[in-house]
Formats: sequence, structure tokens, C-alpha cells
Amino acid sequence: MSRIEIVKTYKIYIGGKFPRTESGRYYQPEANGKVLGNICLSSRKDFRNAVVAARSAQGGWSAKSAYNRSQILYRIAEILEGRKNQFIEELIQQGSKKAQAEKEVDLSIDRLIYFAGWCDKYTQIFSSVNPVASSHFNFSVPEPTGLVAILAPEESGLLGLISQIAPTIAGGNTCIVLASENKPLCSVTLAEVLSTSDVPGGVINILTGNRKELIPHFAAHMDVNALVYSGDNAAEIKSIHEAAVDNLKRVIIRDGGNYVSDKHENPYLISSLQETKTTWHPIEKIGAAGSGY
Amino acid sequence: MKNKIDYSSDWNLDPAPESTGHIKLKKKYDLFIGGKWVKPKSGKYFATINPATEQKIADVAEAGQADVDAAVKAAKKAYDTVWSKLSGKERGKYIYRIARLIQEKAREFSVIESLDSGKVIRESRDIDIPLAAAHFFYYAGWADKLAYAFPNRQPKSLGVAAQITPWNFPMLMIAWKIAPALAAGNTVVLKPAETTSLTALKLAEVIQEAGLPEGVVNIVTGYGKTGAMMVEHKDIAKVAFTGSTGVGKIIMKSIAGTNKKSTMELGGKAANIIFEDAPLDQAVEGIINGIYFNQGHVCCAGSRLFVQESVYDVVLRKLKDRMESLYVGDPMDKNTDIGAINSKKQLDVINDYIKIGKAEGAEIYQPKCKIPKKGFWCKPTLFTNVAQSNRIAQEEIFGPVLAIQTFRTVDEVITKANNTPYGLSAGVWTDKGSKIFNLTSQLKAGVVWANTYNKFDPTSPFGGYKESGHGREGGLHGLEPYLKFD
Amino acid sequence: MAEKDYRLSPRVDQVGIQDRVDRITKRSVKNAAKRKGLYMALNMIDLTTLEGADTDSKVKQMCYKAQHLHDSFPGLPTTAAVCVYPNFVKTAVQEVKGSGVKVASVATAFPSGQSSLEIKLLDTKIAVDNGAHEVDMVISRGKFHSGEYNFVHDEIAAIKEACGKVRLKVILETGELGTFDKVRRASDIAMDAGADFIKTSTGKISPAATLPVTLVMLEAIKDYYYKTGKMIGMKPAGGISNSKLALHYLLMVKETLGGKWLSNEWFRFGASSLANDVLMQIMKQESGNYQSKDYFSKD
Repeated sequence: MSRIEIVKTYKIYIGGKFPRTESGRYYQPEANGKVLGNICLSSRKDFRNAVVAARSAQGGWSAKSAYNRSQILYRIAEILEGRKNQFIEELIQQGSKKAQAEKEVDLSIDRLIYFAGWCDKYTQIFSSVNPVASSHFNFSVPEPTGLVAILAPEESGLLGLISQIAPTIAGGNTCIVLASENKPLCSVTLAEVLSTSDVPGGVINILTGNRKELIPHFAAHMDVNALVYSGDNAAEIKSIHEAAVDNLKRVIIRDGGNYVSDKHENPYLISSLQETKTTWHPIEKIGAAGSGY
Repeated sequence: MKNKIDYSSDWNLDPAPESTGHIKLKKKYDLFIGGKWVKPKSGKYFATINPATEQKIADVAEAGQADVDAAVKAAKKAYDTVWSKLSGKERGKYIYRIARLIQEKAREFSVIESLDSGKVIRESRDIDIPLAAAHFFYYAGWADKLAYAFPNRQPKSLGVAAQITPWNFPMLMIAWKIAPALAAGNTVVLKPAETTSLTALKLAEVIQEAGLPEGVVNIVTGYGKTGAMMVEHKDIAKVAFTGSTGVGKIIMKSIAGTNKKSTMELGGKAANIIFEDAPLDQAVEGIINGIYFNQGHVCCAGSRLFVQESVYDVVLRKLKDRMESLYVGDPMDKNTDIGAINSKKQLDVINDYIKIGKAEGAEIYQPKCKIPKKGFWCKPTLFTNVAQSNRIAQEEIFGPVLAIQTFRTVDEVITKANNTPYGLSAGVWTDKGSKIFNLTSQLKAGVVWANTYNKFDPTSPFGGYKESGHGREGGLHGLEPYLKFD
Repeated sequence: MAEKDYRLSPRVDQVGIQDRVDRITKRSVKNAAKRKGLYMALNMIDLTTLEGADTDSKVKQMCYKAQHLHDSFPGLPTTAAVCVYPNFVKTAVQEVKGSGVKVASVATAFPSGQSSLEIKLLDTKIAVDNGAHEVDMVISRGKFHSGEYNFVHDEIAAIKEACGKVRLKVILETGELGTFDKVRRASDIAMDAGADFIKTSTGKISPAATLPVTLVMLEAIKDYYYKTGKMIGMKPAGGISNSKLALHYLLMVKETLGGKWLSNEWFRFGASSLANDVLMQIMKQESGNYQSKDYFSKD
């Protein structure tokens, strides 16, 4: 008698834990005529809980040293490397060819490494000491925008997801990501990778579910500082812009397609989720060239 | 208090009015479109008054839809045919010319600014106008160096920028808008605030004199309606707005779903934090400068004062003493510290908040100073016994009204300071370096002044977090909102 | 009472002080206010000669000038005082008798202050015994820099005791103190020790009086007044040679300490060339024409 296979229960990832959706709902995306699994249909409340988790993780994450954040991103890549096969399998299940799937996983790992390297460098690129005319030391530095809600690309279930998460957290933000609706498997497995790779709970929260249903909540939540939308649906973009106005959250529109191109590797993806802070302090002028004394 | 210092004296300053003889103003101003003065197709004009005397200074055109269309068309044409084809070097030279002409006419600009806005001549003469010229000078130099500002990015101009400026720093905000827009290679349709159009119109004359190609800068005057027409125009690629958060939100809604880039420089309710180890006398000066600069019509005003409990009495005493030598009155007098409130409307808003503050149980203090009978005036005001939940501690008043609270620990004051939907600016006063850096890194604000307040410079990026807006003006960072990248 | 730690004196930020000074120097003093200010300034001057080459006749000339600033123009006030070395006090007292002009004598091994307390006390005693109305002492800057604040304090207190009812001005020699924090500290020490006036400089060291330094001292006087109820006078000395600057000093006093300090009982200018510039300005106001130095006596 052949062995009965254990079927995986796909859960969502909030605050470092794996709850089922509080709504008790699920959906069954298909690929090649086959049901991929029972995927949580996250609700507005799941999103709310994720925001609470992401907010409470924000201070700690942005206060970590850049070196430490860099190592954590690197660690994600390491763990992912060890579980390559599972991701490849899931991508194939979701309809990719084997070679394509392998390439996507490799690129995903490399992309993590790429952004791991930026963690302790982008600040130098985007900071300035400003030569003001008065006797003050004046400098500008980037600071994380805060809590970022991400609508991940629909077509690129793993690479697209990672391409959005990596620059966001590299810059000290925490995030809530809605995974690809039709290709959600890797997102759940990625959450398992995250939970074993030193990422503090709440820094990355991953939901699955119906994009249409969740978009208004993502865009309207008053404690979300920025929203990244990947795609080109004009009606969705307009509705996001409109709802985002209430707390003036930053809205960033990015590609919905595949993320293979290396245009998805640059520090401007980090800086677009940063605020510039400028600090002034007097410079005492006493001494040979001083005038004040 | 047992020993109160008496600031009354029989030696008092005589009036020292700035002369207004040298300024040239027309009785009636048309719209500046395509390099020419054109009558508004709307046929409408409105009066701009001197808020210190309530007397009319001039009539100003009110641009309607057809006028806005004409201005955008002129800007688009100038962009397509001239400005976008010009090298950065040449663009820069035009902008330098503007800077120089403003310097040359600085006196005229400052007098007009004070007449039209109620701002004191000391500030328009020493701050607004020189800084406006400096902004043009700074950005002129960027025009042919953009590639160095954005490595690996090939910056490109956007097209026509619709720019709407506020009434608190009329000329300076125009400079903040126009200078980077032109340097980045865009053309401009600008609308100044309806109560303060004159320096914008004077700048139009400078632009003509500088020989800027026709249509590169168009100045249309009018109310919010005119601004809305600009923002909604299909040929606009960029919207830059400085003003209230309320209006900013309306603008953001109206450009939702479009590709129009935006810069929003909106309201604030800044915390100015005084620690017990601060240089207190300079901190008091910082408080004064933080809230009474420009009648408190400052988005980054230090309108919430947090004083550490152990020095509260001393700081309050020093603050009240310092307020005794603030002169309120004629903006044209070189000795005036606090001029006229910009408009009757704004005065009503401020007075409402003063009433609200009293009703909320806060204690009001105003020095005994005389204010003129005619015109719009508000004495420098402070409220003590203020709770974090009071509206005067939460909402932007945009007037010379300070809400004072106390705190005990660093932790407490950071929490309170950040407890606002705004995030434009903050002030910290302490002699201890490590504490400064703790505060400056934890305060959620785009500009943090440590042991100083309300300083501005063209090289220094300015702009807010959260509901205080997005995008930066000033410095290298101020170029980015006027460019696109592949 | 525990010894006071003067290192805890309030901190001063130089750029902030300069900002405040700039607000004052941008004030415009016109017309009647200017005239009144100029007269006030004349009446606050301590006309000074402190040269190795001073002689009785030089001192006499100066004393005459103090009482007759410009004989061709009646109605002018006298200066507040003349300021001389101890050995000229007798002469000066005689010369200014009955005029209301006071005689101030420097003492305590002026200008360096590098001597023993015995000598300094004797120096002071000679000045007082010879009839000086005021004594201008110098603090021991060396001890101050070594952190021996109590030494500095006690020395001032001893001199004050030797002065008795004679008013004591304590010269901090701010040009040698190095920072505004230390100017503040020295001011606090001097006032605590019994100074009636605090004074910036000897005139022998550059920089002498400046507006920022004076502001720091005025703020110290204000804090002391609030704490004790005692008014302390202020004397910037050296480097104040033109009328506009003098008027700005007066405005600074007015805006910091109020009208009560605007008399020569509480504020003095230590200056020798200021008087003529003020006179020229007064004449300019009278006649409408700018003046030449050739028409005003140099003593």
C-alpha cells in the first residue's frame, strides 16, 4: 500500500507567527488544471493585525545597526539557498518550466545578497553635508519611511516578491506584503525561511488572499506610511492614490511583470522608501578666524 | 514674582520707517503669459490690500479656465520648442541672471513684500528676499550638473510644472519652486497666493528683463479655483504645492491615477524641546524665533514648546521677559518684530484658536503692547497649562500662538513630540551632544534644529514626514522632484 | 553651605548669542530717541587714561574734559567718571570736586593682576584712602583658568571688604577667558563675591568689550537680580569708539534689564575716544551736517 501523502496547510505570516486567517476563509488557486492548495483568504482584520505587528517591530528594526540588517538579509539568502528545491518545485507547480524555475530561485537568492550589500552603504550615497551660509553644521540623512504595505507583483511569485521586500527592509522599514494571488505558494514557504533566518517577528508579514478585496484596506489604513503597488491596473492605481490621501501615505507604483531584469537592482529602490531628515547645529566660532567673541 | 524687571522706560525708539519712495507698482496687474502681460479672458480682477492698513494696493487679474489654458499652452510650447532643447549651461545662465536682478532690486522687492503681506521689513529685507536670490543662484549652478546628482540615472526633465505658492513667504516660496524647476529643465505656470501676488508679478518683470524665453515662466494670479484648474490640466506633468495639509489632500485626490509627479510642502505642529541643561537664554531666543518669526505664519513654527519641569519656571520667566521687548505694529518700521496678520480670514482663525485655548482651560499670556487700530493684528501669545489633547496643542494655528507643556524624561518628550500626524520640523535644546543625536534621530521630522531654530538655506533640504507632505525643496534633494529617470 | 561649583554656571551658545546681538544691532535709533540716547551715553562714560606715560597734567586735562565735553555747546552732561591709576587719584579727586563726576581708580596690580593679595589690598587701600569713589579691580585669570574659583571668589571678597562703601567694579578681562561659558562663570563668581559692577576688560587686551560678551554678562546680572533682588552694574570697556555702537549697547541694556539700568549708576562705558564721536553725532543732529574730528578736542 502506498503511503498517504501529507498535504501542506498554507498559513499566513504575522508578527513572526503562522496563524490561519482569522476569517476562516480560503481559496484554491489552480495551475495547469490542478489546485495548488488551500490558501488563506486574508481579511481586513488579518491586515490590521499585521499592521500592529509591523508597527511594533519598526522601531527595533530601524534601530538595528546597518551591519546587522545586512547580515540578516544575507542570512535569508543562505537559508533560501538550502531550500532551493522546495521553491523550484513550487514554481513548477505554479506553472513554470524547470529551467525557468531554477533561474528564478537563483536570481531571488542573488537579489537578496545584492540588497544585503546595500544595507550599510545606501546611507552614504543618499546623505549630504550641506554647506549653509550661516555658522551651522547641516547634514541630511535618509531615514526609513516606516511601515510599508506592499502589493507584490502578480506574475512573479518568488522573485517579484523578494525584489519588493529586500529593498524595503534593507532601508529599515517593516512591511506587510500581499503575495501574488495566483502564485502564492512560494510566499508561504518564504515565510518559513524568514522565521528561521534571524528576521525579527513583525519585520516582514506575509498575507495571501484576494487583491481586489484587500487593496482598499491597504490603501486606507491610517498607520501605513507607504504603499508599494506592483502592476498597471489604472483603476486600481487611481483608487489607491485616492484612498492614500487620508494620511498622505507615499504611493509607489512599480512593475507588475517579471523581475528578471537587473533594472530591479539599484539603490533607488531603497531611497524611494526613505524620508530625508536634515539636522542643523551651530558651529561655535571662537579663535583665530572667529568673529563672535 | 518678587523681583520683576520693569521693561518700561522713558527712552523709547522713534519710528524708523523704511522709505517706500523708490518702488514702482502699477495700479492694475494683468497675467504674465508667454512672456507678455495679457488681460484676463475672465475679465475679472480682485484687489490686493495692505493688511497693516487695509488699504488697497493694486488690482490683480483673476485667471479663469481660458487663461490657465493659455498659460499651460505657452509653457508647453516653450518647453517643447525652446527650454527642453537648451543646454544646461545656457539654462543656468538665465537663472543666474534672475538671481542677480533680484539682488539688484532687493530693496524694492522687500518693500513690496512687506506692503502686500504684512511681514516686517526687517525679515523681508534680511531673510526673504536675500534667500530668494540665493535659491536662484544655487540652483542656477545645478542646471548643467544634474548627472552628477544622480549617478547611473540619466535624469530628464518632466515638462510643465504647475506651482502654487503660499502667502507666508511669498517671494521666497516662489524661488523655492521656480529655481529648481528651471534648473531641471521644466517650464512653469505659477500661481501665487491671492493675498500676496505682488512680488510674483514683480518677478515677472525681472523675468522679462532677464530675457528668459517667452513662456518658460508664466505667472497667473487668482484664488484656489485657479490653482485647481492648473492642477487638473492635462498638460501638466508636475504639481508643486506649499500650503495647508487640507488643500494638499484635495490636490492629491485630484491628481490620483495620473502620472503627475507631486511635491507637497504642508502643515506642521513642531515640538521645540528645552532640556534643563540647555543654554537657556539662547533657547529662549530660539523659542521666540520659533513661534513669533513671521507672525507665526510658518509651517515649521515651533508651536508646541516642551520644557523640562526642573527649568520650567525659569524658562517661562525668561520668555515673558523677552516678550516685553517685541515690538508689534507697522511692518514697514525697521524696528518692528511682529507685523500684521496676513488677512482678516487668518486673523479670525487665530482668534478662534485663542478662544478655544481659553475654553479648554489653558492659561493665556500676552505682553502689554499697543497694537494699531486699523489692520489685522495679534499680540504674541502663549498658553500655559496645556494638555497634549488640547486642540491648541494638536492643530496648526499658523499664528503667533505658543502652547507650552512640560516633561520629565527624554522618553516622555520623544513620545509626545512624535504624537502628531505632522512631521515637518522639531527643535532640541541641550548642551549635551549625545542627547542631541538621540533626539535628532528619534524625532519624526524632516528638519531638526538643534540649539537653533527656523534657519533656512538653499543648500539645505526642507520638507516633511507624514501629513506634512512629501518631496524636498532645497539642496541636491530638491532637484529630484523635478526630474524623471529611466 | 556646600561650596558652589561654578562649573555648573549656565551654558552659553556663541551662535545663539550672536543671533540675539544681531537682532539688536538691526534696530534703528532715530531722531529724539537718538538724541536722548547720545546724551545718556555721554553721561555714562568713564573717561579713562591708563598709560605708563600718564602725568598729573594729563590727568588734569582729562578731568577738565570730563566736566566740559564741548564748551562751545552748552547743556551737555558731564561724563560719569574719570578712571586713573591709584597714584593719580588725589589729583583727579581735586580736579572734579563739586562736579558730580566720580573718580574711579584701577587697583589690584592692574592690568595683569599678577601679585599677592597683600599688595592688591594695599593698592586698593591707597586708592580708597586717596578718595577714589570707585575701584576697578582685575580678577586673577590664571587662578580662574586653573579652576581655582574659590580663590578668585575670596580674593574679590577681600578687595570688596577693603573698599568698604566704595563701589567695586570687577574686571573679568573677557579677552583672556576664551569662551562665553567662562565669561558667564566669571560673572557669577564676581557677583557672588560682592562686586557692585562687573566690567569686561582692562583695555589692554584684545578683544576688549564686544556686544556678545556684554550680553552674556547682562544675562548673568539679570539672573542674579531675580535670585537675590540685588542690582549689579555693567561696564563694557575698550573697543567702543562710535556712537552707533554705544546706542546698541544701550538698547541691549534696555531689552535685557529694562529702563532701571539705563543710568550711570548701573551702566558705564569704559572708553576714551567714544566721547568725541558722540559729540560729533550730537552736532550732526543739531546742524544737519556731518562733522570733522578737527573740531573736537582730543585730550
